[in-house]
Amino acid sequence: MQEFWFFIEVFVGGLLSGVMYSLVALGFVLIFKASGIFNFAQGAMVLFSALTFVRLLEMGIPIFYTTVITMGVMVLLAIAIEKVVLRPLVNQDLMILFMATIGLNYFIEGMAQLIWGTHVGVLDLGIDEYAAFEIGQAYVNKFDVWAAMIAGGLVLILSLFFRYTVVGRALRAVADDHQAALSVGIPLRTIWIYVWITAGLVALVAGVVWGSKLGVQFAISTVALKAIPVLIIGGFTSVPGAIIGGLIVGCGEKLAEVYLGGYVGGAIENWFPYMLALLVLMIRPEGLFGEKIIERV
Amino acid sequence: MIYRESGQFKTSYRADQAILPIFQDKIAMILLMIFAFVVIPVIANDYWLGSILIPFLALSLAALGLNVLTGYAGQLSLGTAAFMAVGAFAAYNLQVRVPEVPFLIAFLWGGLCAAGVGILFGLPSLRIKGFYLAVATLAAQFFIEWLFTHFDWFTNYSSSGVITALPMELFGFSIDNPLSKYILVLSVVVLCAFGVRNLVRSEIGRAWMAVRDMDIAAEAIGINLMKTKLLAFAVSSFLCGISGALFAYVYLGSVEPEAFNIMRSFQILFMIVIGGLGSVSGAFLGAGFIILTPIVLNNIGVLFGGTISTDTVAHIEHMIFGALIIFFLIVEPNGLARLWQIGKEKLRLWPFPY
Repeated sequence: MQEFWFFIEVFVGGLLSGVMYSLVALGFVLIFKASGIFNFAQGAMVLFSALTFVRLLEMGIPIFYTTVITMGVMVLLAIAIEKVVLRPLVNQDLMILFMATIGLNYFIEGMAQLIWGTHVGVLDLGIDEYAAFEIGQAYVNKFDVWAAMIAGGLVLILSLFFRYTVVGRALRAVADDHQAALSVGIPLRTIWIYVWITAGLVALVAGVVWGSKLGVQFAISTVALKAIPVLIIGGFTSVPGAIIGGLIVGCGEKLAEVYLGGYVGGAIENWFPYMLALLVLMIRPEGLFGEKIIERV
Repeated sequence: MIYRESGQFKTSYRADQAILPIFQDKIAMILLMIFAFVVIPVIANDYWLGSILIPFLALSLAALGLNVLTGYAGQLSLGTAAFMAVGAFAAYNLQVRVPEVPFLIAFLWGGLCAAGVGILFGLPSLRIKGFYLAVATLAAQFFIEWLFTHFDWFTNYSSSGVITALPMELFGFSIDNPLSKYILVLSVVVLCAFGVRNLVRSEIGRAWMAVRDMDIAAEAIGINLMKTKLLAFAVSSFLCGISGALFAYVYLGSVEPEAFNIMRSFQILFMIVIGGLGSVSGAFLGAGFIILTPIVLNNIGVLFGGTISTDTVAHIEHMIFGALIIFFLIVEPNGLARLWQIGKEKLRLWPFPY
């Protein structure tokens, strides 16, 4: 019985940490869906937003204004990225665009630390990171539950936004078919700006949640690497896929670490998600929820 | 005026397919070789040899390897550093277990092991491509780094998890000073570069390019996709493996698996994108650019030294580096090699451009 509850505890812990990966993966999905670009700089955007947020708080600005200002900064950043980097690269090979976002990643990382400094920021949302409550005999971290609720809320808002607003509808049209969207009069460029803004705001949410868990520091930008297998498993083009993928990765890596890690020297968390992703790729290349690409290799 | 091919008639197929078909190119190549083998050892000091030229050459070789895979065969890889690590650790382990083996054989063994691992992680390329394949190679990157960190056998149970290069000796000469190391690296790299140049104009190279341009069409004209792709992975990883062994033995001396982390993979990817995909000279130009830029930026930083902290300089370096990459991609997505080519075209018509 003890083991059963331990299993439950690891399982739930994994699910909840998976939610955190989903938060980052969401930003990738948005941009990939609308423009086919794999935005490697998403991790740097998460770092930048979290740093901006925490430094403004440190200056003593009330949390409401901080939120508004940071959102404004992210909107400006998104517009700048679209205008300066992506506009001149329209119609280039996807590989080139991918490389450009890696360059962007360097630039934003450097900029974030140049402007806001490197010391670890403490972000306190008023939730104790270590508080836990019991379900049966398993301990569940309160903070993780909060993160899960935030992620759930975000997905809800995004799906409502996609379904019921004019911009959301246009976004879906663009995602389906660029040419067709253009021909019915949807301004592609404006839509791309909206997409980047949305991705920037999602990055802000992810940054604040991750930042309050880990402390706001450089390591946050590397969570982007964790998001990649999430995307593969969930599918590059699906918002719910990002969530489910995150849950699978979170739970898979925690269970693997606890039950298999001991036999092979531990720390398998780093590569296990990738192997899982590889497995999914072999069986279902488009991911669990992605659009089926009919393409023979 | 000087650089012109008029009057040079090709009278045989051999001449038509020569590596350097134009007479002036041959001269230029010979001069370059003389410069690299004779002039540089005379004029360069130990700092230049040891800290700039040796890593430049070793990493160019890795870039060359990646260029075979990504530039010629069209298979994106983010696991270059992992294949380098395999090369370095395999060479080390062979020498530790069998001390009689000369180091050149050990390097070769490192390359072969890397090729084997490359084929293994290249298998997914038969079903997936593009970013999806990149993820498969990322899996290789993380898995191999973990493997070398967590299994002591690979580091010969060294307590620090670091391998230390064994002394190298060739025909009684001991290779221990920067000059001899430089000559060693240079010889290996030149050999490999000519090998690759030769390979890509052969049937194999043409098959790679056909697969890159359109795999379905390639299959339709009778190219065996599986063989072609896996061969590309093998050759690419072989070169990366040798490069890794050189990087470990000749440049770093003592190596931890961390030296071959994902940032190294990205660095090499940058080299070929900035240098030019699908070109041998591009690998060298790109490597030169990526190695020299931080040094130049650093020196500029030193000029302003004292007024700003090293931390700030590092961040500004980061930003400029990122901005330069974006700038290059916007201005010339085909890389420095393309600029070089344009320059040559211009030179042929000079001074009468019409």
